[in-house]
This record gives sequence, C-alpha cells and structure tokens, in this order.
Amino acid sequence: MEYFLIIISAIFVNNIVLAQFLGICPFLGVSNKLSTATGMSGAVCFVITLATLVTYLINKYLLLPFNLEFLQTIAFILVIAALVQMVEIVLKKISPSLYQALGIFLPLITTNCAVLGVAINVVTKEFTFGQAAHMLNLGESLVYAFATSLGYGLAMVIFAGIREHLSMNDVPKAFKGVPVALITVGILAMAFMGFSGMVK
Amino acid sequence: MSNRLKLITSGFIKNNPTFVLLLGMCPTLATTTSAINGMSMGLATLFVLVLSNMAISALAPYVPDKVHIPVYIVVIATFVTLLQFIMQAYTPAMYETLGLFIPLIVVNCIVLGRAEAFASKNGVLDSACDGLGVGLGFTCSLTVLGLVREILGSGSIFGWNFIGGHDGMLAFVLAPGAFICLGYLMVLFNKIANKNK
Repeated sequence: MEYFLIIISAIFVNNIVLAQFLGICPFLGVSNKLSTATGMSGAVCFVITLATLVTYLINKYLLLPFNLEFLQTIAFILVIAALVQMVEIVLKKISPSLYQALGIFLPLITTNCAVLGVAINVVTKEFTFGQAAHMLNLGESLVYAFATSLGYGLAMVIFAGIREHLSMNDVPKAFKGVPVALITVGILAMAFMGFSGMVK
Repeated sequence: MSNRLKLITSGFIKNNPTFVLLLGMCPTLATTTSAINGMSMGLATLFVLVLSNMAISALAPYVPDKVHIPVYIVVIATFVTLLQFIMQAYTPAMYETLGLFIPLIVVNCIVLGRAEAFASKNGVLDSACDGLGVGLGFTCSLTVLGLVREILGSGSIFGWNFIGGHDGMLAFVLAPGAFICLGYLMVLFNKIANKNK
C-alpha cells in the first residue's frame, strides 16, 4: 500500500517538473519534438534511479559513519558525473543503437538538476506517506526515484505533444518561443494541481 | 576601468541570464514565492558566481584540458558547501526556506556557463566583475519576478501587506503562477527590447 502511495504521489501530486520545478532546462530545451522528448525521459529515468541507488549507499555506508554529511553536495555531483560517463561507455559497447538514439542527451544529464535534486531529497528529507514522517529506506528510495522520473517523462511527453501543435499556430511575435511555452506549462501545472489532496 | 563597468552592466539587459539567456530556470521558478526569497536566492548565487569565477580564472592555466569540467564542478561545489555553512550559521530561517535549491546551485547552468565561457579565458579581476554583473542581473530578475508574484499572490510588497486582511490569488504563489508570471514578464521584456532596437 505504501509503495502505491509513493508512486501516485511522485508521479501526479508532487510532479517533479510541474510542482517541484526540477529539471526545467532540458524540459524546455528538448521538448520541441515528441521523439526526442521520449528519448530524453528514458535516459533521465535510467540515470535518476541508478544515481539514487549509488548515492543512497554512499551516504549510508561512507558519509554518515564518518560524520561527513557536509560533503554530500560535492560527493553526489561527482558520483553523478562519473555515473553518467560510465553509463555512456557501457551503453556504447552494449547497445550502440540506443546510444545513438540518446546522443547528446546523455552527457547533458549531469547538469540536470532533477538528478542531484532527487538524490539529495532522498537522503535529507522526511517523507509522509500515510503514516508518520520518516526517512525513506533503500527500497522506498528506489521506488520514489523511479516514480519521480516516470512523472518527469509523463510531463515531458504531454508537453512535447502540446508544443508540436503550438508550433503550427500563429502566436503574437513577442510571445513566440519560450514565453508561450512557459504559459502553456503554467496551465498544465494548474491541471496537475487537481491531483493535490489525493495523497498527503 | 570603463571596460570593467561595461562587464558589470551587460549582465542586466544585454546578457540577462533569466530573460535573454534562459539559464538557471529551476531556482528562478521555485524560489520566487516572494520578493525577499527571490532576492536571497539571487544573492546566494551571486556569492558562488563571483568566488568560483575568481578561483577558476586563477586555476585555469594549470588545469589539463581533458578534465577541466570535473575540476570546475568540484571548485563550484566547494563554494556551494561554504555557502551552506554560512547560511546555516547566520540565516537559518532563509536556509530552511530555500532548502534544496541552495545545494542545487552546483548544477545551475549560469555558474558553470560563466566559468567555461568567461572565467577560463580572462584575468581574475575581470572574471570577478563578470560574475558580479551576471549575478546582479540574476538577482534583479529574481527579485522582480518574486515581487510580481508576491503582489498578485499574497497582496504584499517585501512582506508589507497592502490589501489588509484579504487573501491574494493563491495560484500565483503556487507552481502555475510561477510559470505564467515568468512567461508574461518575458513577453514584456521582449517587447521593450525590440522597441529599443
């Protein structure tokens, strides 16, 4: 039951883009076409889940026992950068076609604040799902990370779909490009606000 | 001297990080629930930007080309950690409010962008001026966005309530208001910039 609450909460209620404002740059940057948007969300999904697993373990077995919590920011960003690099190398060897499809998006994920944001959130924040507030354990963290990245993909795909239609419309000159996109996201966020209250 | 002044002022309009370069969108949207929050976030970024620009311009000649990005990120992360300590000690309430977005300055594209585009090729003092200019431009746009959202959303200016007892339009403090306000401010900025051309 609790896992179910985590999933619903992370995908709809606290959507990472529309409610938490993480990962906006790639959200606006690569959402021009539906196909690139799905590619990017796939890559982000993979990296967020993997990064959360590694940073959670590092935090628990390396930083906490030695009272080094203040190194979290530095350690996590280094781990994420190394991880992205490694994923790139492995993917190039194992599945060249997927590597080709993701292309430039892979290295860009390092500076996607959604990855670092989720990693830091998981180890520092107390979550409330149904019962009392508590820190997430490893399983819950992984479910949370995976669901969050699914929410990222969902928002991205919806937005890319809208944007493909938007590009064919005649908007006033000053609104062209990013401004009208931002206003569209605003309305989308308003729609997602309808989910709030479903899960506390 | 006038050259350095130009570096500082160009961050406001011509290279405004928020409205022209579209960098650092996440903190821009997330922390501008009120003018004071926006300003604090801007100043925090300014602090990291100036120090990391100076450190990187001093280090750049000694960093091998292949590993320069990781080195820059570590330098930036060090200053961010420093900032976290300072804010925890002197402004704990603001540290609590801005929360996650203080450590996330590490992945703010403005900081790494300036390091890569300017600081790695210029002198220490010039880089400090550049960091100051871009940081002030960022602070300025965050404060303006925060001000607009605060006026519409809670009916107050810098915490001073002017509609007395009534509630503002809550949506502007919440997520949708952030996107819509920024969108319309950008339209306004485009309009004015096009007229001046």
